[in-house]
Amino acid sequence: MYDFAYHKPANVADAAKLLAADGEAKALAGGQTFIPVLKQRLNKPSAVIDLGGLGLSGITLAGNTLTIQAMAKHGAVAASAEVKKAISALATLAGWIGDTQVRHRGTIGGSLANNDPSACYPAAVLALGATIKTNTRSIKADDFFQGMFTTALEPGELITAVEFPLPVEKSAYEKFRNPASRYAMVGVFVAKGPAGVRVAITGAGQNGVFRHAEMEAALAKNWSPEAIVGIKTPADDLNSDIHGSAAYRAHLIGVMAKRAVVAAG
Amino acid sequence: MPQVSLTVNGKAHKVEVEGRTLLVELLREKLGLTGTHVGCDTSQCGACVVHVDGNSTKSCSMLAIQAEGCSITTIEGLAKADGTLHPMQEMFREHHALQCGFCTPGMVMSAIDLVKMHPQGLSEAEIREGLEGNLCRCTGYHNIVKAIAAAWPLMHGHAMPAAAE
Ligand SMILES: Cc1cc2nc3c(=O)[nH]c(=O)nc-3n(C[C@H](O)[C@H](O)[C@H](O)COP(=O)(O)OP(=O)(O)OC[C@H]3O[C@@H](n4cnc5c(N)ncnc54)[C@H](O)[C@@H]3O)c2cc1C
Ligand code: FES
Ligand code: FES
Repeated sequence: MYDFAYHKPANVADAAKLLAADGEAKALAGGQTFIPVLKQRLNKPSAVIDLGGLGLSGITLAGNTLTIQAMAKHGAVAASAEVKKAISALATLAGWIGDTQVRHRGTIGGSLANNDPSACYPAAVLALGATIKTNTRSIKADDFFQGMFTTALEPGELITAVEFPLPVEKSAYEKFRNPASRYAMVGVFVAKGPAGVRVAITGAGQNGVFRHAEMEAALAKNWSPEAIVGIKTPADDLNSDIHGSAAYRAHLIGVMAKRAVVAAG
Repeated sequence: MPQVSLTVNGKAHKVEVEGRTLLVELLREKLGLTGTHVGCDTSQCGACVVHVDGNSTKSCSMLAIQAEGCSITTIEGLAKADGTLHPMQEMFREHHALQCGFCTPGMVMSAIDLVKMHPQGLSEAEIREGLEGNLCRCTGYHNIVKAIAAAWPLMHGHAMPAAAE
């Protein structure tokens, strides 16, 4: 691991200032992705800006919005009474991320900023039509995810919170785990809420999380597992790796989507 | 060099570290607490699990400097001063829950957190799921699961509610 300077600012403005002043500085949230990356010397920041002092870990339910602040840990989201009440599938999803120790430190902001093609939160955020709040603006989920490990965030821009519109009438997440890493080989989040009927797929696409237009149209007409039975997902843009071929993932999408619709009731 | 002040197994320490020093490096190399192991560089094996302010945490995936002001418990901090083992350690011994022992410190630290997080009881399936972040190459997990189930009533001071078993 290369050495770096360490800063722990006490507010978002100071964190943004530190990041803006130094193009080689990087933010650190839960570290459950970033620290392994540093250990492998895949990244060489001049400074690490620890977001742990910003106090951005709140979860609030007010009016028609569930707000989860960027530093809320996966474990806290999984256990939150507010999240369970508003969108229980989101709590379930958070409780399936990694393991207890990863959930004690990993954060929603870090997961979204990283946009790993196998990460779970991007599927929920996209399917629920959430809005990502940063220190400078609001970004719709549809505009936020821009391909594998790529987002709409500008260099130095910080996620501060995620807003989920309510009420969510139906939702469920089904995840086919890679048995070794616990990440999603294929994860499907289905939802019916203010953003309409949406189906978001993670783990499968070469360009990261994506919406499944054909399934959305079928479920909008008839919310039932039967409605999507015949729908084939083209394998062209899907991942092939040692864990599974693109054709296998295409098949899994159909299976996981049906299970998710059943689970959503 | 930056300094970090923290409490480890009840004792206050002030240690010089680099920005990049990992918590596990501080424990093993600066404080000589080599009971905490390192089994991987991908944050997956759990051999390095310690408690940070009571939460089981992979000490290989946290910077030492992030532990400023924290209270850390390692495997060395579990037994009483007179050598009496923690009930989880005792049950690991009783049920032969270790062979080579490499994974054991992390297993025990994760297991204690698991039992504390489930005051309502723990089913066998929940124990297996709760050990997701800890890999063992020897035991096949079976006796580890037995040891944890046996430690539950000792740690909570009463029998496990029947429905949970
Ligand atoms: C063993 C293991 C299993 C895992 N399994 C899963 C899984 O099943 N599903 C899943 O989804 N994830 C999984 N993860 C990843 C985990 O969820 C991470 O916590 C998450 O991807 C990153 O969040 P973090 O808070 O740890 O961020 P960090 O690792 O600290 O940061 C990640 C990146 O995001 C940037 N960043 C962090 N916060 C912000 C912010 N607020 N604004 C802007 N940029 C920011 C950082 O600069 C860095 O580039 C796993 C990780 C491990 C180690
Ligand atoms: S050493 Fe393997 S998870 Fe920490
Ligand atoms: S006892 Fe050898 S790795 Fe678990």
